[in-house]
Amino acid sequence: MKKRVQHYTPVNYAKNNTLKIITFIFLVILYLPIINLIMFSFNDSKRNIVWRGFTSKYYEKLFENEMLFLAFSNSMTIAITSTIISTFLGITTAIALWKFNFYLKKYYDVALLFPIIIPEICMGISMLVFFNYINWPNFQLWPFTLSSIIIAHVSFIFPFVAIIIRARLSMLNNEILEAGQDLGASKYQVIRKIIIPFMSPALVASALLAFTLSLDDFVVTFFTSGPNSVTLPVKIYSMVRFGISPEINAISTLLILIIIICTYFAIRFLSKSNREFMK
Amino acid sequence: MTEKKTTIELKKLNKKFGDIIAVNDVSLKISENDFFTILGPSGCGKSTILRLIAGLEVQDSGAVIINNKDSSFVQANERPVNMVFQSYALFPHLSVRDNIEFGLKLKKISNIDIKIRVEEILELVKMNGYDFKLPSELSGGQKQRVALARAIVNKPKIVLLDEPLSALDANLRMEMQQELVNIQRNLKMTFMLVTHDQDEALSISSKIAIMENGKIIETNTATNMYEYPSKKFSAEFLGRINIIEGASSLIDNRMLFNSDTFGKINLERDIKLPKDGVLGIRPEKIIIETGLNKHKNRVSMNGTITNWTYYGDVSYITIELKNKSKVYINVQNIHRNSLQELNIGKKLFASFDINDLIILEK
Repeated sequence: MKKRVQHYTPVNYAKNNTLKIITFIFLVILYLPIINLIMFSFNDSKRNIVWRGFTSKYYEKLFENEMLFLAFSNSMTIAITSTIISTFLGITTAIALWKFNFYLKKYYDVALLFPIIIPEICMGISMLVFFNYINWPNFQLWPFTLSSIIIAHVSFIFPFVAIIIRARLSMLNNEILEAGQDLGASKYQVIRKIIIPFMSPALVASALLAFTLSLDDFVVTFFTSGPNSVTLPVKIYSMVRFGISPEINAISTLLILIIIICTYFAIRFLSKSNREFMK
Repeated sequence: MTEKKTTIELKKLNKKFGDIIAVNDVSLKISENDFFTILGPSGCGKSTILRLIAGLEVQDSGAVIINNKDSSFVQANERPVNMVFQSYALFPHLSVRDNIEFGLKLKKISNIDIKIRVEEILELVKMNGYDFKLPSELSGGQKQRVALARAIVNKPKIVLLDEPLSALDANLRMEMQQELVNIQRNLKMTFMLVTHDQDEALSISSKIAIMENGKIIETNTATNMYEYPSKKFSAEFLGRINIIEGASSLIDNRMLFNSDTFGKINLERDIKLPKDGVLGIRPEKIIIETGLNKHKNRVSMNGTITNWTYYGDVSYITIELKNKSKVYINVQNIHRNSLQELNIGKKLFASFDINDLIILEK
């Protein structure tokens, strides 16, 4: 009888059964708790243990809860403001690192990564200490109450934006800009008609990413928020301390939903931008 | 014959990059409808000349005159010239159509005119049907066509081509060379090409300038540049040549050249050899003979084959004469079995016409 020879090519992982099982277990562990959380947000019971039938009353309750609504609007205000600021800072940083040479540029490049690498808890504490040290005023008037959180968010979010945009810009070589100039574009038109349209997929993707990073941040926010500036994740945390109610499930489900939508579009824009360079 | 209009004139152009002199006192005139080629080894400054004409670099001194207008300090975007870049430099985020329209849209031409012109150009470069493809979806040859279309659609005074064919494979390159010439003739446009490829320069240009170390060595029509070069460098750079060293004297207004290789040669020409001048003979002008040719207009030799390089259609052989000097001969491969006569070590006779000798200045 002819001996059967099995061929393994290095990239043919899809046919490997062991890998399939491991992947399956991995996905179950990853997603089961989340599915569980979403499911019990519709459970007609005070406890998250037994299924007692479908209800949407906890969602209705959410909208009556003024404290939660305040925390939610705080979160959205912070997320939108810090997205705008960190996108702007990210663009300018990316362009500076891409187009210009300056003193200590090499080190600046690495320093940009620090806010991403440093443990969030350290980032949070250092922010807390810093704001105390410089005596950052304790604003009473909304939205100024959120200023310290926004500053803290921007400082760890804008490096993500800068890195994504810079990766995109690195595909744009000097000859392409010269071609634009040669075809009649002034320096201003080169920026408006080539550089900005070119980086726009990365721009949208990184803005969406910035938004989700800010919206779901807990650690840094926890250290920089005061009694007048509670955000949604911080509020959820304080609610959990009195026991987990389906209301928490419901608010978490909404948060997950917003973030999934943002991430979906972020990935779509990034893959569009990569497609231009495939092949 | 009426004098052709000058499209580009360069006057004593100089450009340095740090300590490196890229362009050294270059003066040139390019006439309307010329296919002008600058030929030179890599790094001789030929691309810098294009970039100076396009306005992508600013000269240290000298002037760039485009259509009788001093454009030395006109910004790149306001010069009526367009460039085809070596890397094509297509806008990666724009479709083929948007790439071609880019220049026209900036010139505020009406949408209908843009549409008509883009259709024409797509037809011309045989890219119709590819309007909405992205550059990443095109092959090298197709990118090349789009880059060319993007430049000529603006109807510039001159199209500058920076080694545009160097990335293509040999067959495609030949095809594109022919197409470039056809497009240039049909549109009656002025093209300027820089290349280091001698065959390309010879086959497509109407005029060639040979450049070395930032200086233009010689400018001539393509055929004259090959058949009647006047400088040793250009003769050696464009094609192959046997250089014959020696001393000359004038006897009865006829030049007598006492060569190291072939002994005394009686040149039936009443010109004096320039100071440290040499003679040259192209390898294909030397023919293999059955015996010693005694004709008075022919210089004969016999020697042994020491090297043989086969190119399919032709063979280059090196023969060594009795006085140890080497002569290159280009032999047409007329019959399949004629190869057998070209074994290394074989003795043979050869001769050339003295009228084919080229007088070269060092």
